Amino acid sequence: MTANHHLDDASIVRYASGDFSTEFVVVSASHLAMCSVCRKAVALAETAGGTYLDTLDTVELADDALPALMQRLDDEAAGTTAGASPAALPEHGQEDTLPLPLRRVVSTPLDAISWKSVGPGIHKHDIQVNKETGQSLFMLKIAPGKKVPEHGHGGGEMTLVLSGSYRDDLGWFGPGDIADLDEHVQHQPHVDSITPCICLVATEAPTRFTGWISRIVQPFVGI
Amino acid sequence: MPAALRVVEASYERASMPDVDAHKAMIARIAADKDRAAFKALFLHFGPRIKALMQKAGASSDIADDLVQEVMMSLWRKAHLYSPEKGNVSTWIFTIARNARIDRLRRQSSKPYEDVEAIELASPEPDGEAEMYVSQRSERVASALAELPPEQKQIMELAFINDLPQSQIAEKLSLPLGTVKSRMRLAYGKLRPVLEDLA
Repeated sequence: MTANHHLDDASIVRYASGDFSTEFVVVSASHLAMCSVCRKAVALAETAGGTYLDTLDTVELADDALPALMQRLDDEAAGTTAGASPAALPEHGQEDTLPLPLRRVVSTPLDAISWKSVGPGIHKHDIQVNKETGQSLFMLKIAPGKKVPEHGHGGGEMTLVLSGSYRDDLGWFGPGDIADLDEHVQHQPHVDSITPCICLVATEAPTRFTGWISRIVQPFVGI
Repeated sequence: MPAALRVVEASYERASMPDVDAHKAMIARIAADKDRAAFKALFLHFGPRIKALMQKAGASSDIADDLVQEVMMSLWRKAHLYSPEKGNVSTWIFTIARNARIDRLRRQSSKPYEDVEAIELASPEPDGEAEMYVSQRSERVASALAELPPEQKQIMELAFINDLPQSQIAEKLSLPLGTVKSRMRLAYGKLRPVLEDLA
């Protein structure tokens, strides 16, 4: 699958250099899982990293660095240390539509996720990845035909469509498409799929998002 | 230039082509035969560079030494996953070092990176001349980086070498965040033609 809306070039650089918080890495990586164009773009930026590694002035290693390393090889060959085997992934079955990097942090298949209502036609599922960053990662499920009131962002925001679709000033967003927005962008997503639109969202400023949610909810509560 | 603005001046002298090919052969020998001589040779070449990278990112000498061991052990275990069609050895080692830096120095998780790498491995390059393309790409990226205007070069080095978050780059250089972002975009834009011309 290849997407039509991609990561911003500054985000490609930040991903490749390792600058993003886990929240933004999970959304970027989930897009990359679905987008070979952006994987190539990241590989290009990583080539820059390789160039920098080549050009650094070397620093002398600790005296025992080589023997210590050889000892580790011996230990590993003797099976006395556990090799770095990747953490087992929860099996979600055939129906699963969640990209691999997201499956690590969401323990249930898409159709078994517990949603909490945050307004008419809008449900949210919080994903806890790192308490220290102060950033947020969550999924939104927005009912067909729903229009999210126009909103800006307190900081950067990345929205990846997992299923369904929406349209806004920036275009049409279907599965695999990412809206990689900085704090100055305003948009008003309108779900145009016959099924709910499920998105994965990372935001830099959770407190502003609370405001964002209440601004969504406000007009409906007022009815 | 005030001291606070002084950043790494990379020399842009690159490993010679025979080195690049020799490194690939060494990884292949580790993957096939767990060849310790090849592993030692790679350690002697890259170890001091990995340590330099970690210290530039703010690690103490002890922690940097520790991370060198970690990165080299990952290289040993994952040698069979290295594919020369995807990139040079130094690029691959940079990604292993970056992941170690994320886990240890940033205290974040590099797992999503490993997932993307697994997905990329599962999607082979259709192009038969992919390996040629990779070595040309590295050469062209190195010259594009060397030719960046100083203000873009500085930001790329602070991001890749010094591991500074975008917000701290802005703070350090007394620039608005948006300016840092647009300089990153401009710098990356100079690399992009490498993808398009060789694709």
